[in-house]
Amino acid sequence: MKYLGLIWSALYRKPLRSFLTLASIFVAFLLFGLLQSVSVAFSEGVDFSGVDRLIIAPKYSIIDPLPEKHAMAISTIAGVELVSHRSWFGGVYQDTNQFFPRWPVPPESFLAMYPEYLLTEAEKAAFIQTRTGAIIGRPLAETYNLKLGDKIPLIGDIWPNKDNTAWEFDLVGIYDVADESVETDQMFMNFEFFDEYRQWSQGTVGNIVAKIKDPDDSAAIALEIDRLFANSSDETKTTTEKAYNQMFANQIGDIGLIMTSILSAVFFTILLLTGNTMAQAIRERIPELAILKTIGFSNTSVLMIVLCEALLIALVGSLPGLMLAAALLAKFSQSISVFNGVELSALIVAQGVGLALLMAVIVGLPPAVRAMRLNIVDALGDH
Amino acid sequence: MAEALIEIASIAKNYHRGKVAIPVLSEISLQIDKGDFLALMGPSGSGKTTLLNLIGGLDTPTSGSISIDGERIDQLTQGKLAAWRSRHVGFVFQFYNLLPVLTAEKNVELPLLLTNLSRRERKKRALAALAVVGLQDRAGHRPTELSGGQEQRVAIARAIVSDPGLLVCDEPTGDLDRGTADEILELLQLLNREYGKTIVMVTHDPKAADHANHCLYLDKGSLSGSQTV
Repeated sequence: MKYLGLIWSALYRKPLRSFLTLASIFVAFLLFGLLQSVSVAFSEGVDFSGVDRLIIAPKYSIIDPLPEKHAMAISTIAGVELVSHRSWFGGVYQDTNQFFPRWPVPPESFLAMYPEYLLTEAEKAAFIQTRTGAIIGRPLAETYNLKLGDKIPLIGDIWPNKDNTAWEFDLVGIYDVADESVETDQMFMNFEFFDEYRQWSQGTVGNIVAKIKDPDDSAAIALEIDRLFANSSDETKTTTEKAYNQMFANQIGDIGLIMTSILSAVFFTILLLTGNTMAQAIRERIPELAILKTIGFSNTSVLMIVLCEALLIALVGSLPGLMLAAALLAKFSQSISVFNGVELSALIVAQGVGLALLMAVIVGLPPAVRAMRLNIVDALGDH
Repeated sequence: MAEALIEIASIAKNYHRGKVAIPVLSEISLQIDKGDFLALMGPSGSGKTTLLNLIGGLDTPTSGSISIDGERIDQLTQGKLAAWRSRHVGFVFQFYNLLPVLTAEKNVELPLLLTNLSRRERKKRALAALAVVGLQDRAGHRPTELSGGQEQRVAIARAIVSDPGLLVCDEPTGDLDRGTADEILELLQLLNREYGKTIVMVTHDPKAADHANHCLYLDKGSLSGSQTV
């Protein structure tokens, strides 16, 4: 602690250089906080998915429709407990920036299939009985200040209605979730109304969800389902829900790989930059370090002082970066629906601090060892 | 009879350039008494600074022995030698070697960081050392805000703050004008006479050497003469 003033003073030696170094570390850790949180949010969505649910999707493209009657056929397969389906609505609410997923679903089978969406009994009944009924997650309701009984108008960009007007759904339920990893930024509306009122493709769905009695049978049942529709005009590809969500995420790229690649590039650059800065700073201070050794600082003390300087720079740069990332994510999750539930977790903060410490050691160790090995007579002689 | 503080017996010092050994000092034996003020003089390359570095424990001899106050410093490990320097020796250099980012007070306080003194006590002692050199009113100034003479006074305050018995000074007035140099030399004389510090000073300047009690001459790595001032 008594060396803190000495260590801290190193930051003031070249204020502009220190500022630029700290700024680069700050930006790197801001990016780390944001990207890592988004990456974790993606993988959490995948992890939640149950293995007792199978997704039956079109074999060749997720944008192809499947006949709704496939659901009936699947329900007859032994081991299948429940069948439901969902379709991608797309649409625009208020403006194109306010996006959240919207799915027409058959309410009764959907609620039975996904008990993790928590509604009151009255809300469940209203969703099942109201042809224009819709439910949304509570954070979404709070974001758009929506309450039960409100009308939700949607422009059908993929699915225009028969009158070519805005769709209008009645909000009959606001759901909570049983688990934090379950997405809360979605809207589900009554499929029957959607199917009757859309301009085309009546009797088709996006994909079908089947709940199976024994997860151990999932592979066999998946094979049987696909075999059932083989050589038809609407062949299927059946996977577990977990695998399907993973594949869906991969449609827009391997998020984890993209994030890791970006962060690796950022940190490699920061390592070079900070490493060079530290090495230069130590080179400039060789006479001063020699003086410290002259007046009695041991080799170990000098090593620790230089390492602590690197640590200080890493922490002073990284902690505000992580804090700003936390603040931005909190703000984004309130104002931008796709960020709903994305937060800077304690684990990511710990990873960030760990990364900062690792960076400090990698960057600080070479100059620290050089300072430790400094020969006083040579260093003072050079001066 | 005065008590010997420094006893040097037959020391030699070689430097190596590749595989070639270059002798810098050879067969030097001398004794410096406690409370003495000794000037080391000689032409450039005569080994003055090398001898001073050996006396100050900054370097170790190739052969021979150096005892300071009865302790064989040539046999100490690097770590023990560093600890010994912090307790027993104060250093003053030609170019002051102050840390530019620290105030005068913090520069002076540096050697005390190696002690177990409280922050308050360190501050008190640093200010007292600055008072001895007449700079208590410049405690909050950084080296860039001080004149050369003032910087050297701060360096002297740093050298005496932990109350070492021995001060080694390498060309302490080499970067100063005549008037300022005289002030610094008078300050060293004061520390020698009033505070009992033993001082070994390397200088090229005969007028600076006049302030010492004794003068030793080196030439080509050997003692070539002595003079009592």
